[in-house]
Amino acid sequence: MIMFERFPLLVTFFTSLLIILGFFIPRAPFGDIQQTLLVWVLIISGFAALLGVDSLLRLHIKRVTSRGEGWAYSLVLILTFVFIFGLGVFSGIKYGTAFSLASPFMYAYTYGIIPLQATMFSLLAFFITSAAYRAFKARSIDATFLLVAAALVIIGRVPIGGMVWAKLPVIADWILDWPSMAARRGVLLGITLGAIGTSLRIMVGIERSYLR
Amino acid sequence: MNINRRIIYLLVAVVVTVPLIIKIAMPVRVSPPVQLAYDKLDELKPGSVVLLSTDYEAGTMPELYPMTIAILKHLFSRDIKVLLMSMYALGVPIGTMALDEVAAEYDKKYGEDYAILGFKPGLNVVIVAMGSEIRDAFPTDYAGTPLEDLPVMKGVDNYDDIPILIDLCSGSTLDSWVMFAQARFGQRIIAGCTAVMATSFYPYLNAGQIEGLIGGLKGAAEYEKLIESPAVATSGMPAQSFMHILILVLIIIGNISFFIERRRKRRS
Amino acid sequence: MVFFFVLFFIPSVLLQSITNLTAFDTPNDAGGSITITWNVATELQTGGIVRYEIFRSKSASGGYENIGIALSNKTKYVDTSARDGMDYYYYVVAVSKEGETGKSGIFGPVSSTLQWFNTKRWNVLVILVFLIFAFFFYINLARKGIKTFIRKIPGLEALDDAVGRSTEMGKPILYIPGLWGLTNVTVLASLSILRRVAKKTAEYGARIMIPNANPLVMTATQEVVKEAYLEAGRPDLYNEKDIFFLTGDQFGYAAGCDGIIVREKPGAIFLLGVFAAESLILAETGNSIGAIQISGTTSTLQLPFFVASCDYTLIGEEMLAAASYLSGEPVMLGSLKGEDLAKIVMILLIIVGALLTTFGVVDITGLFSTG
Repeated sequence: MIMFERFPLLVTFFTSLLIILGFFIPRAPFGDIQQTLLVWVLIISGFAALLGVDSLLRLHIKRVTSRGEGWAYSLVLILTFVFIFGLGVFSGIKYGTAFSLASPFMYAYTYGIIPLQATMFSLLAFFITSAAYRAFKARSIDATFLLVAAALVIIGRVPIGGMVWAKLPVIADWILDWPSMAARRGVLLGITLGAIGTSLRIMVGIERSYLR
Repeated sequence: MNINRRIIYLLVAVVVTVPLIIKIAMPVRVSPPVQLAYDKLDELKPGSVVLLSTDYEAGTMPELYPMTIAILKHLFSRDIKVLLMSMYALGVPIGTMALDEVAAEYDKKYGEDYAILGFKPGLNVVIVAMGSEIRDAFPTDYAGTPLEDLPVMKGVDNYDDIPILIDLCSGSTLDSWVMFAQARFGQRIIAGCTAVMATSFYPYLNAGQIEGLIGGLKGAAEYEKLIESPAVATSGMPAQSFMHILILVLIIIGNISFFIERRRKRRS
Repeated sequence: MVFFFVLFFIPSVLLQSITNLTAFDTPNDAGGSITITWNVATELQTGGIVRYEIFRSKSASGGYENIGIALSNKTKYVDTSARDGMDYYYYVVAVSKEGETGKSGIFGPVSSTLQWFNTKRWNVLVILVFLIFAFFFYINLARKGIKTFIRKIPGLEALDDAVGRSTEMGKPILYIPGLWGLTNVTVLASLSILRRVAKKTAEYGARIMIPNANPLVMTATQEVVKEAYLEAGRPDLYNEKDIFFLTGDQFGYAAGCDGIIVREKPGAIFLLGVFAAESLILAETGNSIGAIQISGTTSTLQLPFFVASCDYTLIGEEMLAAASYLSGEPVMLGSLKGEDLAKIVMILLIIVGALLTTFGVVDITGLFSTG
């Protein structure tokens, strides 16, 4: 029983050790081991996609058959899924690849997915405005610094900033290049150390809340 | 004072759409990172082969597609050959669309002046494989033609034969390109990315790991100015400018009302 | 006379145009590779070389075969078709539009071998050994019972409270683990926090919803929640249907989560994982319905958005330290101390490096190159 519990930890430990060795030892089999394992991850995630499809469809089929709340939307989802999947298979057979620009699958992509994704992305313009309105208030000295810096960058980064005062873009670039960069690097160094620490904890089995 | 969200959103909609409809001209100042990117590509000998990776999908197309077009115009006008690939399956058709559009304009032929390698999953694995031989990662082009049969691929084996790699990305693919292609194989890289991502790539630019950076629609507009071919990005600049001003005005209103309220509270 | 000289001179330039041909075993590799470098007279380089052709043979006297070409702007070729231990001889020919314009002497014998250690990475090894030492040193201290001070992290302190307040309002809890997969260490950290959140949810008898963008993360979140419910003694409350797959598409996922936020009006929203452009779309929608929001990510770009729209934000390493912080186990807390020691060393190195570079000692940067 103890062996059974320890087994995943042993696998974790030896796999990570192999990858670390592979970083320092160029000769086969060590040198390629990280790449090989990454390929394995790809293969596993390929199959795992089926799990996702299963979860998604099961949920919505259940909702349709039990006439749950919003079942009509679920029906739309299922029909769209089947339709696009069918288009993909058909295009794959007819054009060799579903991603050929002439295929009906790509037609659906160009005129369906592209506008939809662009729409979601452009929501950021709205959200960034309401967030900025709320967040940038001179509540304290620190917040005032932040506010002034933000205002300079906001105006300095667009053509109109240069039209107002030629130095504005230069100031905006300076803020991004120096103070902002210094802070970002500090946070990044912290994150990297944190990631190494977490990896070591996972490797030696101290941190295992991701396991059963 | 709390302005209703809906009013803010309505203002945004108006400020963005109106300048797009009534076209206003706005001068574009070229920033150093974009100038660098342009210069590096401009220095290439005619006939060199560059690798263009369109690592973005539909969501960020509004920002990155104008950039793709501007760069391709620059390359083809200087008779530089282009190999297109993507780390995203759906990045290939987007790149292909841009290539088809610009190639027709400059009378370039598929196989001779450009080729589409396509998509291959595996990101880091692909980048490393291409370091020794591009044909290991892409034995054929996207249509299944062996790379041997494409004249453009003659003498092009790996990064040694590609003077510059251009990564147009919406996510973290540039990290991988820098980590593997640049650090391991010394590949020179020029990057284009969305405006939000740009700040996170400045460290690469400062460290010389990338040699030019085109950020967002503004960057694309600057590039359009450099190649003297103003297009979509340039016409988007007034909208973006007014939008930034709106945000600024809202921040000012927010602060004024914040101070008034605080004073009122102190009095009471 | 001049004419005579020119006639005589040109061919000799051609013959010696490629000089210093050298071939050596490519260092720090898995074998099978020999690097060849050469120099070329500048007048020839500007004078229309189209490419170089590289020839190889197993004997110096003959049997040379063309094994590849290098572009005109290169003076290096890596032969990756060598067999380890076999002796090879090389020469290089410069080719212009008119044909052969220059040739090098023959270099050899040279053979390739595989290496046991990548000598360019000794610096990484030193740092790694130091980190491991610092890590276990503090863990050992912790095992001996020496207490570690750890500052309060408001975002983590607020976890239980957020679940409690949401339950009081009779609303569900939404946990968004982001788009990335299990290979990302931040996602694993998110699972550790999820375990705590799910346990509290079970204790309060509330409902937790987890939309997923990655099927493997979905199964992991299901397992973690199931386990947490079991631990809390409420396995009966566990509902697998609330932990589902939405889509792997970035903005599709954002739209789906937004829909759930607007329809279900959760009382508490946890945005913990790796995020990209969808961060603000999710956080602002959550903010608009007045939910208590706790976010955390290692994506530095998204931090400002989370700070603007959420009540609490775990900034970078706070997120990674969460598992240790929440567990309160001395050994895990001790390991955090190890990270701090490494950080102090790093700060000292930066200061020393900046000073030395300021005073003109620039060689020090070479020590940190893995080139």
